[in-house]
Amino acid sequence: MNKKILSNIFLSTLYLSSFTFGGGYVIVTLLKKKFVDELHWIDQQEMLDLVAIAQSSPGAIAVNGAIVVGYKLAGLPGVFCAVLGAVIPPFVILTVISFFYTAFKENLMIQAMLNGMKAGVGAVILSVVYDMGGDVVKEKDPLLIILMAASFIAAYFYHVNVIFIILTAALAGVCKTIIRKLRNEA
Amino acid sequence: MTYLKLFWAFFQIGAFSFGGGYAAMPLIKQQVITTYHWLTMNDFTDLITISQMTPGPIAINSATFVGNQIAGIPGAFFATIGCILPSCVFVTFLSWAYNRYKNLSILQDILESLRPAVVSMIAVAGIDILLPAVFPSGSISFLSDQIKLRPVLYFAAAVFLLRKKKKDPILVMVLCGIAEIVVQLIAPGV
Repeated sequence: MNKKILSNIFLSTLYLSSFTFGGGYVIVTLLKKKFVDELHWIDQQEMLDLVAIAQSSPGAIAVNGAIVVGYKLAGLPGVFCAVLGAVIPPFVILTVISFFYTAFKENLMIQAMLNGMKAGVGAVILSVVYDMGGDVVKEKDPLLIILMAASFIAAYFYHVNVIFIILTAALAGVCKTIIRKLRNEA
Repeated sequence: MTYLKLFWAFFQIGAFSFGGGYAAMPLIKQQVITTYHWLTMNDFTDLITISQMTPGPIAINSATFVGNQIAGIPGAFFATIGCILPSCVFVTFLSWAYNRYKNLSILQDILESLRPAVVSMIAVAGIDILLPAVFPSGSISFLSDQIKLRPVLYFAAAVFLLRKKKKDPILVMVLCGIAEIVVQLIAPGV
């Protein structure tokens, strides 16, 4: 039985990781479909909390999603199988691409394709930023808007190390939590 | 030594990228270009482009790609292990803590104030990809010989297709690439 669960975890994450375009959020949704709606191995409310853990932890959300599901279903062996399944597809695909990249980088048509796509990638990324930034502004919390502006200035004009910016923002979050707790007690 | 450097660089990427997807991009750029000079900005942009078109997280894709370019398949292996190790430890610990305490509020508070910083850093990474395409000389200038008009057109068309027509990002990028191929076929070296 345990073996069946482990192989099911491995095959599910392997399959999802091979065929899911569009980032971690999509994979997490599909994990839910598989393990909550199809197999009924995890209940709906618990899955929501697990997804929250996957999304609020550092690292790739697809990998984190695999870990929470693997741990919930089969403990550490489950984590191992889930991560292995999630990582093998990108590892194999990018190894093949990396091999060809060196060979094809000099090809004029491939160069033209990649050059043309740069403007498209820029548009895709800035479009995501527009949506995410809009969500931040909608919260109407001055602290968050100041954090956003300050991080941009620090990263763009002063080239501050991104790890430092992340730690500073996290610290602001901790301070905010503490201040609110103290106020609630007072 | 190279293996260790790859491991450590991607360990930091794995440990500090909060928010998924594009959030890892500024960190990858910091480690791979600024700190270790493993890729040029041009290679990095190609890597991001390729990552968009293949399944799998940007961070894992980058670890495999950079590792392979620097030190072959063993390099890719160590970079990828470094990249996922922080997740494995952190998320497993949280899953365990969740099973015991069922409370996530502090974590979500911290995440809330990380988000604006992450948005800004993604914006900077996006601008850094776009500007060199438009201003090949590296400095922003509006003299006609310093600015490339075609990328501006592609960008405008891409924004229109993404925002107004809600087209799929992969399709939009591929269309930009095909447009440039057609231009090069008609007038090579423009």
